Amino acid sequence: MGISNIIFLIVFAVAISFFTRNFSRIVENIKLGKDINRSDRTTDRWKNMFRVAMGQSKMTRRPVAGILHIIVYLGFLIINIEVIEIIVDGIFGTHRFLASILPLKLYNFLISSFEILAILVLVACLIFLVRRNIIRIKRFWSKEMTAWPRTDANLILVFEILLMSAFLIMNATDSLLFSAGAEHYTTSFSTPISQYFQFLFSGLETSTLVIIERFTWWFHIIGILGFMNYVLISKHLHIFFAFPSTYFANLNPLGQFTNLESVTNEVKLMMDPNTDPYAAPPTDAPAPESFGAKDATDLNWVQLLNAYSCTECGRCTDNCPANQTGKLLSPRKVMMDTRDRISEIAVNKRNGKDDTKALLGNYITAEELWACTSCNACTDACPIELDPLSIIMDMRRYLVMEQSAAPTELNMMFTNVENNGAPWQFPAADRLNWKDE
Amino acid sequence: MSELQVKTMADFMADGKSADVLFWVGSAGSFDDRAKKITRAFVQILNKADVNFGVLGSEESSSGDAAKRAGNEFLFQMQAMMNIEVMNSYNVKRIVTTCPHSFNTLKNEYKGLGGDYKVQHHTEFITELLAEGKLKLNGNLKGTKVTYHDPCYLGRANNVYDIPRELIKSLGVELVEMKRSKRKSFCCGAGGAQMFKESENGAQDININRTEEALVLKPDIIATGCPFCNTMMTDGVKAVNEGAAQVKDIAELIAENL
Repeated sequence: MGISNIIFLIVFAVAISFFTRNFSRIVENIKLGKDINRSDRTTDRWKNMFRVAMGQSKMTRRPVAGILHIIVYLGFLIINIEVIEIIVDGIFGTHRFLASILPLKLYNFLISSFEILAILVLVACLIFLVRRNIIRIKRFWSKEMTAWPRTDANLILVFEILLMSAFLIMNATDSLLFSAGAEHYTTSFSTPISQYFQFLFSGLETSTLVIIERFTWWFHIIGILGFMNYVLISKHLHIFFAFPSTYFANLNPLGQFTNLESVTNEVKLMMDPNTDPYAAPPTDAPAPESFGAKDATDLNWVQLLNAYSCTECGRCTDNCPANQTGKLLSPRKVMMDTRDRISEIAVNKRNGKDDTKALLGNYITAEELWACTSCNACTDACPIELDPLSIIMDMRRYLVMEQSAAPTELNMMFTNVENNGAPWQFPAADRLNWKDE
Repeated sequence: MSELQVKTMADFMADGKSADVLFWVGSAGSFDDRAKKITRAFVQILNKADVNFGVLGSEESSSGDAAKRAGNEFLFQMQAMMNIEVMNSYNVKRIVTTCPHSFNTLKNEYKGLGGDYKVQHHTEFITELLAEGKLKLNGNLKGTKVTYHDPCYLGRANNVYDIPRELIKSLGVELVEMKRSKRKSFCCGAGGAQMFKESENGAQDININRTEEALVLKPDIIATGCPFCNTMMTDGVKAVNEGAAQVKDIAELIAENL
């Protein structure tokens, strides 16, 4: 084993252990959420995941972004097969290990696919950069898209472009070295795309070519390992979490909101004529649950998983009637705030720091929540079926049932419903007046 | 207008009979002056088709939808359980309603609280009556241009997009689509209890935005299937270009063409 193999092993092990540690921390953060049962309808859930996450069924509703995204997605999945080869080569000092175990035809087919996808991904990412920074598509520049979210998106795209370039240059120089009969470079393979980059390196000394080839090889693998770790602090986590998020998605009709069970129990008690209204709760009874959500930990784990899955594409906000008419509400901001807040809670917990903030108030204001028309445009628009509306509703529930902080007109509406059984001040006896008018 | 034949569930019970279907009128349909006209139009249709239906009358109470979307889950469940108790006592199995909010709540949210019913929106119900040959439409509206505004709680919330459109088309009118329609439809601004409060600060009211979109098509009629959408769009037309188009419920269009 040469020195480079040892270096490779160390880099690889460090990257993987960092990744494992930080990934499991995110999973721990998600588990800070309340329990919700999504273990039902497993067949429907698998189908939903296959259709929406793997099949990208909702992406192409916006055809340009959708098709470009599918290219990058396929590229990401398929080109990563190459990583297996790189890892084996890195550890054992082999050269193009897969070529030695696969039939030549299959190997060439694989490499050709990688190259074609690589150039397509590269072009797609360039177009994405243009859309974000030159055309400045509105949804990438809304208020919540502050410096970091914008930089985050651009960094990922530049990263991808560099990785794809390195891959193509690696193949170009490798096949030049093969043609030159260089030692170690003994594998011939198809170069449908990289052959057009070879002119850049023609006439270079073999030793220079080796340096370029080795550099791009190392750049590619270190880049991927780095990217993998970067994803964990970025909006790009959807590459992992889109799958569980669609699996655990709400499969009920969008209009069906949850019936709070804690409330059901109380209402049943109230309506039961046999209950003793003066009975004191048993002394060993657990403290009553609070209704709705004040902080990120009052949300359920699916909502927190959703928050980490959000890639800030802004389709929700772009379709939100409140947002589009200039109200403060942005469903994307709700997701981003939820993610930032649960991460903050987790960090404070790990460091034993006091925490006096809350999602409601410090991140999301009542004005944002009261702007929602519950129209479900956001949940319908989300390409991976995240549910910002459920978070908005849970926080409204907290405002109303724990703080009695509804807008005055809504309090009047509640009073009317309580007294007359209608949101307006009309007596029930008049309910049939329309018949004779 | 001709006399409407309406019996309450209590009337049925007193006669020792039962209704085939309960017409859930809803609070808007009972009390809002504009929505009451939709209620009457739908009853005309029911009478014409000789449907054996009943209403709850003074025994009906708010479905709780507005309370629930406003965050008052407590009040919602109180309402729901009261209504369920009343409906179950009349052995209700099938419900039709002209309000997509009641439709959604009764259909989806009462289930978990002990109220399991077959619930239909009036456009679904009318479609069945037509298919069974119980109604015949005349083509008085030929040459009229109509656009349809999807109520969120019928469309996105419950995936009913085509039935109301087919109904409108069966009147022989020209149906034109707004840029944002079906699942991409833009809310009228009333949902989520917004109907009962001032809208939050912003650049524009949601119903104005939507009405402008509809009026671009220069329709004679903006059709919808929700009393709240009706109010919002009617106010919108008044504010944007009064008299530019009529706002009508599909039930009204059908009733005028029987």
